[in-house]
Amino acid sequence: MATVMTTEKVEKVGLRSRFWAATWPVLIVLGIVFSVWYTAAVGLNSAQVVERFQRDKIQYTTTQLVTETWSMKRPLLPAPHQVGADMFHTIFEQPINTPQSLLYHTAVTSVTTLVGFVLGAVLGIFLAILIVHFRTLERGVLPWIIASQAVPILAIAPIVIVIFGNLGLSGLAPKAFISMYLCFFPVTVAMVQGLRSAGVFERELLHTYAATQQQAFWRLRLPTSLPFLMPSLRVGVSAGLVGAIVAELPTGAQAGLGARLLAGSYYGNTAQIWSALLMAAALGLTLNGVMAALESYVLRPWRVAKK
Amino acid sequence: MTTLASLTVKVTNASVIYPAADKPVQALQNVSLDIQEGEFVSFIGPSGCGKTTLMRVIADLEQLSSGTVLVNGVSAEQARLNGAYGYVFQAPALYPWRTVLKNVMLPLEIKGMGAKERKEVAMRQLANVGLAGFEGKYPWQLSGGMQQRVSIARALGFEPKILMMDEPFGALDEITRDRLNEQLLKLWAQERRTVIFVTHSIPEAAFLSSKIVVMSARPGRVVEVIESNLPADRTLDIRETPEFTEIAHRIRVALRHGDSYDD
Repeated sequence: MATVMTTEKVEKVGLRSRFWAATWPVLIVLGIVFSVWYTAAVGLNSAQVVERFQRDKIQYTTTQLVTETWSMKRPLLPAPHQVGADMFHTIFEQPINTPQSLLYHTAVTSVTTLVGFVLGAVLGIFLAILIVHFRTLERGVLPWIIASQAVPILAIAPIVIVIFGNLGLSGLAPKAFISMYLCFFPVTVAMVQGLRSAGVFERELLHTYAATQQQAFWRLRLPTSLPFLMPSLRVGVSAGLVGAIVAELPTGAQAGLGARLLAGSYYGNTAQIWSALLMAAALGLTLNGVMAALESYVLRPWRVAKK
Repeated sequence: MTTLASLTVKVTNASVIYPAADKPVQALQNVSLDIQEGEFVSFIGPSGCGKTTLMRVIADLEQLSSGTVLVNGVSAEQARLNGAYGYVFQAPALYPWRTVLKNVMLPLEIKGMGAKERKEVAMRQLANVGLAGFEGKYPWQLSGGMQQRVSIARALGFEPKILMMDEPFGALDEITRDRLNEQLLKLWAQERRTVIFVTHSIPEAAFLSSKIVVMSARPGRVVEVIESNLPADRTLDIRETPEFTEIAHRIRVALRHGDSYDD
């Protein structure tokens, strides 16, 4: 018991120093990103500012020029603090259930992504099982699956929306379909590999027990595929998010981060574009993090003792 | 002495030929062999002599090109379907997502044993190989020797009449190997199951076996069958006795004899 507690204590101290070791490179990179961003804002916006100063025949100092480029109403590139202010405003100071709220759009995109992801994962796993069990399907179906991914999603999206529209389906259904379309592929490829990854001894063992195909599937093939499946789900959920956002562009969707991006560029509201962009990134990171947590939970028996 | 009732394995004129691009490989050539119930039989020989192939044929993991194999009086396939044997591979082949207990319960699950009973049986088998208290561990938490003991407990789970082991301790260090050999022998002396054991270690074969089948490579064939009459309750100390040395010597001579065919 005593040894266990000591190990825990050691682990805690180790955790803290590991936390710092992991944090400071992030901070440094963040610092670099911000300085590049602010510098770029000066470079990109100064032409407009200078033109206005000259038009109004105003003398200006370098400080005035710089502060002006960081506080324009419609800058080419908004400064980080302007994006931050826009995000704060649209997240905290707007009624959450109206299109003025960034959270509203985030929720719409999240729902599309999750529905598309679940459908994509199910389809991906289902296709993989078919491919593994029927050799002919591998030659018949796999080329089509690969070809399907070579078609640019931006070309597919409008077609999907038109067809779904004719069937009387609009809103979530076509968007989730497009999200699913991007999602299933990495899952299928990884799952096919995973279902085939069981070792010779492990398979022959079941043969000596005269196990049925079904028993072999549930007791060996499916569990051995998990270390392949889980990372592919992580890739899949990110792809699904891209699909969801792309799907919001041609639908002329009124809601969603994609619609927000489009509206921002229509009206020259660059801060809004950047807010939506950062929000999409945050959403992507969150989904990824959730899947990573699920992955490490599911795969914990595989975890080999770290020395 | 040989009555049909006590005959566990009967191999007659068995040949296995692997097709190959240039020249087919003759893995086994005209092998005939009888194994009686309760014997501890070792197949020994250089790599490529077909000792593993011979055992895999008996286990219905490999098909004969010609000849016949009868296990418990029926075909190897029927015997496999009947659950006639437990098989221990060169590697433990434990499923990493299953705990030790669940690994041992795997064959019992497949045979459709009830949940309560299979747990009882698995716990008893684990105790038999000296692993009581480890049932909740995952395979990676165990040493190589312990993992192989789990796989022995798993093979014995549904009480097969025959235990087949393919160089089960080959990957282990000699000290662990000695200890496991002693335990295995004790297990055999208690239960008197038929054991078929593949090895390329002369001391291991001499120590464990009641019958040693010496084989030779290219093509794989049986050179000599050596009967051993060491007492059943022997310990590792027996390796110092002249009787043991005599058997080891006979194996060595037979192996050399088999080799000379080559040149």
